[in-house]
Amino acid sequence: MTTFLIIAVIVLFFVVVFQIAKVSDYVSVIKGEENARKQNNKINGFLMLAFMILGLIGVWYCNELLFKKTLLAYPAASNHGEKVDEMLWLTIWVTGSVFVATQILLFWFAFKYQESDKRKVFFFPHSNKLEALWTVVPAIVLAVLVIIGLKNWFSFTGEAPDNALQVEVVGKQFGWVFRYEGADKKFGKKYYKLINDVDNPLGLIWNDNAELNLKDDEKSHDDIVLTQTMYIVKDRPVKLIIGSRDVIHDVGLSHFRMKMDAVPGIPTTMWFTPKYTTTEMKKITNNPNFAYEISCDQMCGNGHYSMKGNIEVVTQAEFDKWMASKPAAYVSAHPEKNPKADSTKPASAVIATAVKSVVKN
Amino acid sequence: MSNEAVLQAESAIATHHEAHGEHHDHHHQETFISKYVFSMDHKMIAKQFLITGMVWAVIGGLMSVLFRLQLGYPDTSFPWLEDLLGKFWAEKGHITAQGYYALVTTHGTVLVFFVLTAGLSGTFANFLIPLQVGARDMASPFMNMLSYWFFFAASIVMVSSIFVETGPFSGGWTAYPPLSALGDASPGSKTGMDLWLVAMALFVVSSLLGGLNYIATVLNMRTKGMSMTRLPLTIWALFFTAVLGVLSFPVLLSGFILLIFDRNFGTSFYLSDIFLTTTNTALPNEGGSAILFQHLFWFLGHPEVYIILLPAMGMVSEILSVNSRKPIFGYMAMIGSLFAIAILAFLVWAHHMFVTGLNPFLGSIFVLLTLLIAVPSAIKVFNWLTTLWRGNIRFTPAMMFAIGFVSLFISGGLTGIWLGNSALDIHLHDTYFVIAHFHIVMGVASMFGMFAGVYHWYPKMYGRYLNTSLGYIHFWITMIGAYLIFWPMHYEGLAGMPRRYYDYSIWESFKNFGELNRFISTVAMIVFAAQILFIANFFYSIWKGRKVTTLNPYGSNTLEWTTPINPGHGNWVGEIPEVHRWPYDYGKDGKEYTSQTTPVGADESHH
Repeated sequence: MTTFLIIAVIVLFFVVVFQIAKVSDYVSVIKGEENARKQNNKINGFLMLAFMILGLIGVWYCNELLFKKTLLAYPAASNHGEKVDEMLWLTIWVTGSVFVATQILLFWFAFKYQESDKRKVFFFPHSNKLEALWTVVPAIVLAVLVIIGLKNWFSFTGEAPDNALQVEVVGKQFGWVFRYEGADKKFGKKYYKLINDVDNPLGLIWNDNAELNLKDDEKSHDDIVLTQTMYIVKDRPVKLIIGSRDVIHDVGLSHFRMKMDAVPGIPTTMWFTPKYTTTEMKKITNNPNFAYEISCDQMCGNGHYSMKGNIEVVTQAEFDKWMASKPAAYVSAHPEKNPKADSTKPASAVIATAVKSVVKN
Repeated sequence: MSNEAVLQAESAIATHHEAHGEHHDHHHQETFISKYVFSMDHKMIAKQFLITGMVWAVIGGLMSVLFRLQLGYPDTSFPWLEDLLGKFWAEKGHITAQGYYALVTTHGTVLVFFVLTAGLSGTFANFLIPLQVGARDMASPFMNMLSYWFFFAASIVMVSSIFVETGPFSGGWTAYPPLSALGDASPGSKTGMDLWLVAMALFVVSSLLGGLNYIATVLNMRTKGMSMTRLPLTIWALFFTAVLGVLSFPVLLSGFILLIFDRNFGTSFYLSDIFLTTTNTALPNEGGSAILFQHLFWFLGHPEVYIILLPAMGMVSEILSVNSRKPIFGYMAMIGSLFAIAILAFLVWAHHMFVTGLNPFLGSIFVLLTLLIAVPSAIKVFNWLTTLWRGNIRFTPAMMFAIGFVSLFISGGLTGIWLGNSALDIHLHDTYFVIAHFHIVMGVASMFGMFAGVYHWYPKMYGRYLNTSLGYIHFWITMIGAYLIFWPMHYEGLAGMPRRYYDYSIWESFKNFGELNRFISTVAMIVFAAQILFIANFFYSIWKGRKVTTLNPYGSNTLEWTTPINPGHGNWVGEIPEVHRWPYDYGKDGKEYTSQTTPVGADESHH
């Protein structure tokens, strides 16, 4: 019933507006179209000025309300992020001042030069000087922005430092799989046709396979495969080697100001140096629930919005301790081949849950 | 029919018409079908494009209202939604994730292609090119008719995709494979995607038929004295638009054809190393590149932005000049900047792909070329501002929308400088910042250009005026609403909030914008309602609007105002007028306006 009433009210409102508008056009015919037009002109000229003033106040008010909710309200969490923020601020100032100046000119001119019987139009078809001015000045300003931008771009996309921690990040509908190198500091080979969600979500090559013409890769035997949460180390560069199992995903790390697509069949990379541990960031943001979240930023299907991963930034000591508790994926899949079979009982419980969560996803 | 043939036919009609001394029966030999359905009159085809475009705009707009309902009120149940749309779209009063993505995807496709390409340049290129260059019709009226009917067929196929069991395509309007190639990756990529591809292929055909016609007409069928540098800026803009479309749409079609092969015939153009969780199988495809599609797509996709924007720029230039009663400032610079934009439009496509793993050096070239576009854009903005300066401005609804266009173009254009700089794009890519940017600069601004065009040329289309008061109400609600909707989205983007998310509640980083999203959704509904007001005004005024009583109601210089109030097929009765000057002699030598058909006087000043 209320829905009906609301619809009725809306329809009625429409009809009323429509009728008033109709009448006002009739009135203008009676008053003389010339007079009515001049009156409308005055009203709209005034409204243009009012819109500009209220609009600029609105821009300021919007900033008051929302700025604190943006990432700019607290420091970026990576070295690259700091550069991005510097660039953002410069770009905000440049484009912001152009925005304010041109909008004021636009609406001020509209108001100032509204039709008047007294004014004689200034016949001004062109001026080479003026046109050269507003070709050259924007070109110079843009050149400055491009130079700064490209300097950063090359440093962000350049080679990661040698001491970087390497982590492989693989997207799938709808979650993330992470792989660490293990004791040998090398990733073993993988092949997508070996993927199974029970114990080998990345398709690591653990055996000779005549059918697929694959050779067992020893280096893959100590690789550690995990889901949900990735651990990285404060102040140590981390290099992500990014891939996808199915469609295109994107590793979005808004707190680190980084982003890179995960493309099936074409590995991509990204590196940065985290500056604050998760615990430190909770204090900085004053939010006890703060988490570095990995958001999928490329449309990947109906579960796109829920494709979340977490990053824990920890100290090197915490990282080493955590790493020691994680068994290799090969060992989890082949418990009988575990070299330290007796000492890893608690760890195998961890494996079991890890495997379960993989299956669940 | 060639120009000559139409001319002869027309002079025959003119003779006949003189004999009877009547004004209304130019077309006594025409049937309902040949006049209103399979019409070859460019003016009727323009109206067909416009009205079809308006139907699509309402559908596309309604879709945005529905998905904004989900974003604004994710926790509220609307049982009537399920009654209205069924379980597929809205289960238990909530829009489903599948429904949400289908809505977002169809909204994007429809608005970009069906409304702002066909509805905008289809309408105004058809309507204005013959009228403003002084031709009786298009170079090929028959191809022109086919262009509309291919568009209509595309529309039917697209509409039908909404009703298939697995739903319409739901992988985003950019249709990136592998998601768009694999039915097992998303239900929307099943039958819905086949229909989407067929509809788009038909659309490309329509667009090419139209585009070739526009180019041929502008180059070959200008009346005597109408040199290229005497063309109104609308025509220059529509000309470059057509060139962009003709050169880039075929590339899109090639991309689609490869996609059709990957989907149906087992090829691996875009597919490689894929294991699908839903079916638990590894696909046989190896060696393809998913990125190849993005190159082919954006090779059209970026020029497409200018295909949408240039007609609006052209019309705005014309309308600003006419209603300021002052020549457009820097006519040659305006053409030059249109040309520069048209060239650069082809050289910037990979700026949509900065985070795909693109070679960084290649990326840097695209940064340079992308930011270069800001230069001609700046020239245009400053020239528009100077056109207003010391004019004598009449605020017709068309003029208001033209001024609104400039404001929005500035706001949205400036954020392009952020996104075009790859180092910043890494951070802002695929966030709400991008949504804000392209909706303001391309979506709403071009819509404003379209509204300006409709209000300005409506008297020429129907011989009646739109209701002015409703026009002002429409303008102010839309203008204020557009800023209220899209301005705060920049902040969501600066918080890193990703686009195309159905629900943000599980995200610690993005969930604190609930209140803002509710506000945006509410404003979106109000703005949508205001558009209904416009549509009511449009259709009411066709039959009941105030009649146009003078040939040239705005005191305009261009040729369309030398035709009869209700021009028949062939546009001019008797000979096509000869042109003696450029179209922007407003306020010259103390004369308010001087039509293009007025010969240059001996004592006239030079400009």
